[in-house]
Amino acid sequence: MAIDVDTVRKVARLARIAEPEDRLAPLAQELNGILQWIEQLAEVDTDGVAPMTSAVAQTLPMRDDVVTDGGNPAPVLGNAPRTDQGFFVVPKVVE
Amino acid sequence: MSELTRLTLKAALDGLANKDFSSVELTEAFLRRIEAVNPQLNAYVLTTPDRALEAAKASDARRAAGTAGPLDGAPVGVKDLFCTEGVRTTAGSRILGEFVPPYESTVTSHLWRDGAVMLGKLNMDEFAMGSSNETSAFGPVVSPWRAKDSNRSLTPGGSSGGSASAVAADLCLAATASDTGGSIRQPASFTGTVGIKPTYGLCSRFGMVAFASSLDQAGPITRSVEDAALMLSSMAGHDPRDSTSLALPVPDFSQFLGKSVKGLRIGVPEEYRIDGMPDEIVRLWDAGVAWLRAAGCEIKSVRLPHTRYALPAYYIVAPAEASSNLARYDGMRFGYRGEGANLTEVYETTRAEGFGEEVKRRILIGTYVLSAGYYDAYYLKALKVRARIAEDFANAFQEVDAILTPTTPSAAFPLGEKQDDPVAMYLNDVFTVTTNLAGLPGLSLPAGLDSQGLPLGLQLIGRALDEGTLFSLASTMEQAAGFTARPEPWG
Repeated sequence: MAIDVDTVRKVARLARIAEPEDRLAPLAQELNGILQWIEQLAEVDTDGVAPMTSAVAQTLPMRDDVVTDGGNPAPVLGNAPRTDQGFFVVPKVVE
Repeated sequence: MSELTRLTLKAALDGLANKDFSSVELTEAFLRRIEAVNPQLNAYVLTTPDRALEAAKASDARRAAGTAGPLDGAPVGVKDLFCTEGVRTTAGSRILGEFVPPYESTVTSHLWRDGAVMLGKLNMDEFAMGSSNETSAFGPVVSPWRAKDSNRSLTPGGSSGGSASAVAADLCLAATASDTGGSIRQPASFTGTVGIKPTYGLCSRFGMVAFASSLDQAGPITRSVEDAALMLSSMAGHDPRDSTSLALPVPDFSQFLGKSVKGLRIGVPEEYRIDGMPDEIVRLWDAGVAWLRAAGCEIKSVRLPHTRYALPAYYIVAPAEASSNLARYDGMRFGYRGEGANLTEVYETTRAEGFGEEVKRRILIGTYVLSAGYYDAYYLKALKVRARIAEDFANAFQEVDAILTPTTPSAAFPLGEKQDDPVAMYLNDVFTVTTNLAGLPGLSLPAGLDSQGLPLGLQLIGRALDEGTLFSLASTMEQAAGFTARPEPWG
């Protein structure tokens, strides 16, 4: 088994997803099923192959580093779960 | 008047131009049909009747004034993955909640620029992750098609299941869709409709809810090849707000319809003859070859030796990109927020309660393959295999001008049948995912029915930016196939 319960717990923590303890073993099994199927990639000879990082043969366009938008707090805050006087309200970060 | 909803986009535009009917009449016909049929199919997750009628009135005024655009007055549906200003957009997820975008996606803004009328937002697999529309927070979409002598509800495919079902069931003239591994072409194949995923970069991704950014492309689902050309001509186009958008002029794709395909070389890849593929699909593929040969094409066998590695590579690349893209859903600035004693707990409950099981599964895989110690073995390896797959196509396109394959390894399956086996579900995309990895255009068109009376599609794959050749070939095949079957009437 490539992935055990501790690994699932750690990965879920990294992904900031609360997984209850009783879900960890089934998840490990599901993820192992998928990863075992993925293992066949090891058969492919990729010596000297450069990783393909873009689907288009195009260099990223550059533009002048100037402000092009902004000054609209109302639409920015419009979908926030909680706001107060023009600010997002989030749980306390610093004790 | 109900017949209006059965028109192709082209026929409807001609009817509007001839003043046979108004956009208001056409829009009202669709709104009535949606009201009658949508409760059974669950294709729309939101309808916008007031906005639609207002747009239709404005369109009729433009037409009277002689200033109508190329799609003026045509009622269309929008996959709920495209942000629509002032209209709720959820990507089929609970985590977006009642998110109302303050901006419009570039693709939909092009449709409105050309006069199209929005009927509403179409159901989809959550964040476009799925092949059956069963991962949607709004429940599955039902296909208007049924197998002979059966009442079982079938999947319309996914992730653009709402788009495909709505087009097939006459709930809109055409629909926007998106394709990361086959999400336009597989549902089109399952529902007897036409779908094209264009070359990566042809349609702007601005305002599309992101799944896997290096693979996502927008495209239409329509009732005819000509309709697909009309829709894509509008949806495509350069956009400085998407850095991967190609700075090229968009041709009018209609000009390629009916163009002679004589002398074109068509590749048939042996690697797509997979074990266990139904004979019916093999026979249909052979029929497609015969149609193109009869039209003067030269048929050649080609090798795409890395085909079988495409899906496993995809299931590293796509979840890796998704785990990064979906990190933005933290419950702070928009969407759903869960409860928790501190910031980390709020993040963790927000994401646990807001995401569905398949999305969580993919985020976990993506997080795992990108984590320290596994990055080279999984992610980097997959990117190298991706290069091999692109190289396969580059080699094949030295010898041929387009490639013909089946779109899917089976016809539509009953809802619930493959839900418990992720890998079995993933295999739906075995023939479509290769073009996403290579960034190439792929078009699916209906080619026939299987013995159960269900539609099957064939796929044409082209060189990058050679959608024109695909449209010429597809219009030739469409004529030869003479596909006129329709699902049983609904509503």
